[in-house]
Parts: sequence; structure tokens; C-alpha cells
Amino acid sequence: MSSPKAKLEINERYCKGCNICVEFCPTKVLEMDLFVVKVAKPEACIACMQCELRCPDFAIKVHKIEE
Amino acid sequence: MAYDYEKSIRPGKLPHIWCPGCGHGIVMKGLIRAMDACELDRKNTAIVSGIGCASRLPGYLDCCTLHTAHGRAAAFATGVKMSKPDMNVIVCGGDGDGTAIGGNHFIHACRRNIDMTYIIMNNFIYGMTGGQFSPCTPTGDKASTTPYGNPDPIFDISKLAIGAGATFVARTTAFHATQIDKLIAEGIKHKGMAIIEVLDDCPTTYGRRNKFRSVTDMMKRLKDIAVPVAAASKMTAEQLEGKVLTGVLYKEELPEYTAQYADVIKKAQGA
Ligand SMILES: Cc1ncc(C[n+]2csc(CCOP(=O)(O)OP(=O)(O)O)c2C)c(N)n1
Ligand code: SF4
Ligand code: SF4
Ligand code: SF4
Ligand SMILES: [Mg+2]
Repeated sequence: MSSPKAKLEINERYCKGCNICVEFCPTKVLEMDLFVVKVAKPEACIACMQCELRCPDFAIKVHKIEE
Repeated sequence: MAYDYEKSIRPGKLPHIWCPGCGHGIVMKGLIRAMDACELDRKNTAIVSGIGCASRLPGYLDCCTLHTAHGRAAAFATGVKMSKPDMNVIVCGGDGDGTAIGGNHFIHACRRNIDMTYIIMNNFIYGMTGGQFSPCTPTGDKASTTPYGNPDPIFDISKLAIGAGATFVARTTAFHATQIDKLIAEGIKHKGMAIIEVLDDCPTTYGRRNKFRSVTDMMKRLKDIAVPVAAASKMTAEQLEGKVLTGVLYKEELPEYTAQYADVIKKAQGA
């Protein structure tokens, strides 16, 4: 299994559970846990930044892991 | 690295008031990235708005901000720019604010070609007041005031801006997040009136009445209807049916209003 390309930081206080990040993540890293997003498959993250870019609520940060 | 948005936001202001999935937050992030890209000094940048959900945007930003009366943002912004021509002036507002009650201010600010950047968040509805139809609600769509479907034709905001004399007009959508900051940055650099129309989503008052069952259904629709101008030139009228052009739609260099007005002042003082 490949190692994750980024560490994801979720701010549960800001997340409104809109599902945008879950829907548009190309590798299905994220899942909805009731009304807050959770990182379900961290190892699948390719650090594409799309979730951070589209989150309307400043609730998800992608910290790239430098190799 | 994760993008540092917080440095541009007033301390303690998040989470913001917008509904889950409201695109206004995506636009605000785009504006922050554009201001960073243009290295705008926040102390010399005025963000001006009227009233509406979209118009709440300036309140979050650590800039000089002015939250004014419904529809009057362009007029207040004109006042700021006339008294401080060296200030960067950015207007933020909704389709209702800018094209209904504020329609006249909008077209005349375009006509004057005054140097400002106007970001108009077109979510096809009056979001704040519960979903009344706006001049941009698509014909046939439902609003609280058009329960049988809207009989009115729409204003195409970008075309309206070009017709009224704006010298930079661009359009994108809340789905196309990276294009938002690129177009706003281009608008900021342009000397004259720059209109950036962002097709936006209001899941709460527009989406749920119009068969977009979820936030992401609305996002997918924005993704589907957008056609970049370059691609459109190779498409047939049939293929373009129901699509919306995105990218820079119009650009022209013409005399800018505050510069013209400075000449008037010189003449009046006998120079
Ligand atoms: C003079 C005046 N008339 C009406 C209103 C009520 N009002 C507040 S916001 C709004 C519409 C806002 O729609 P839009 O600009 O599209 O912003 P959105 O909420 O959709 O982002 C209206 C009609 C008001 N505040 N002031
Ligand atoms: S950075 Fe890309 S791959 Fe990783 S969680 Fe976000 S959207 Fe998915
Ligand atoms: S996009 Fe943001 S607010 Fe929406 S579910 Fe994901 S983290 Fe939460
Ligand atoms: S009512 Fe609509 S425009 Fe207003 S915050 Fe909610 S989703 Fe956004
Ligand atoms: Mg609106």
C-alpha cells in the first residue's frame, strides 16, 4: 500500500457537513460521519488539494508530506 | 502547504453564517487568494457591499470594509474611489442586490469605467429573504414568489455589464474554484471597471425548490453548464443550448474615470 501524500486536518467546529469534499475527492478518502466529515482512508490521499480548495467553510486543510 | 486563509480573516469571525454548502464561502476564499496574488495592502483595500447573504462577505475580511444599503454598493464604492483614487476598491454582492434594486447603480458604474473590481455572486435567487425570484432566476424555475414557475426572461449579468460599458468582464462558477482567484486577480490588475460574475449555489432557497436535492447536485450542475470561451467557438448552437460561457468574456483599455476626473479638476483650477 502506498503511503499518504498529505496529512488532513479537519476543524470539526467549522465543518457543516455539506458533503462537497466527500463528493469531489478523486480517491474517496473522506466520508460523512453524521454531520461532520471524517478521514476514512488517509492512505489513499494524493494531495490534490481539491477538498481544501472547495470547502466553503475553511474546515479542511491539506498538509502535504514532503518526500 | 495548506493555504493560510486565517491571516486575512478578522479574528473570531469563523465559522461564518452561510448555510452548509453555500458557495459564498468558496468565493470568499477565491477573493483572499486573489488579494494575496496581487499583494494588496489590506490597509489600502476597501471591500464594499450592499445587503444580502453575499453582501455579508466583507464583514469577515481583515481589510477596510463598508457594508451599506441594499443595492447601493456601487454608489458607495464610487464615493470611496473618487475620494481616494489610490485605494483598491472591491465590491461584493448578490444578483438581487446588483441587478434588481441596485441595477441602476450597477450599469452606471460600468458606464463610467471607474477603476474597481465588482464580484457579483449570482445564485439565481434572493437567498437572504427566503427565496424570492430575482432578475437572474432562470425562466420556468421555482421561487417562493413563482410557485408555478418563473415566467420572466433573465438578465445575463455579463452581457449587461458589457453592454453598459465595463471594460473587463469575466465569468466562472463556484465549482471552478481555481478560476475564481485567477479572474478576480486579472480584474484587480485591470485599470477600469472589472466585473467578475460567479455563478453560485444557494442550496437552501433555490436548490431545494428546483430539483437539486443536495448541495453537490447544485455543484455538479454548475460544473456541467460551464463552457470555456475558447471551447465554445468550436461548438454548434445546439451543443451550446443551456450552457454558459466562462473565462474572460470581454477586455478593452479605455480612459478610466478617476483619471478623467483629475483632468477636470486641473482645468477647473485654471491649469
Ligand atoms: C431597501 C431594502 N429592500 C429590501 C430588503 C430585503 N432584502 C434583503 S437581502 C435581499 C435580497 C438579496 O439577494 P441577493 O443580493 O441575490 O443576495 P443573496 O442573499 O442571494 O446572496 C432583499 C430583497 C432590504 N434589506 N432593503
Ligand atoms: S487532497 Fe485530494 S485526495 Fe486528498 S482528501 Fe483532499 S480531495 Fe481527496
Ligand atoms: S466541504 Fe468543508 S464543510 Fe463541507 S463537509 Fe467537507 S469539510 Fe465539512
Ligand atoms: S440562504 Fe442561500 S445564499 Fe443565503 S447563506 Fe443560505 S445558501 Fe447561502
Ligand atoms: Mg442571490
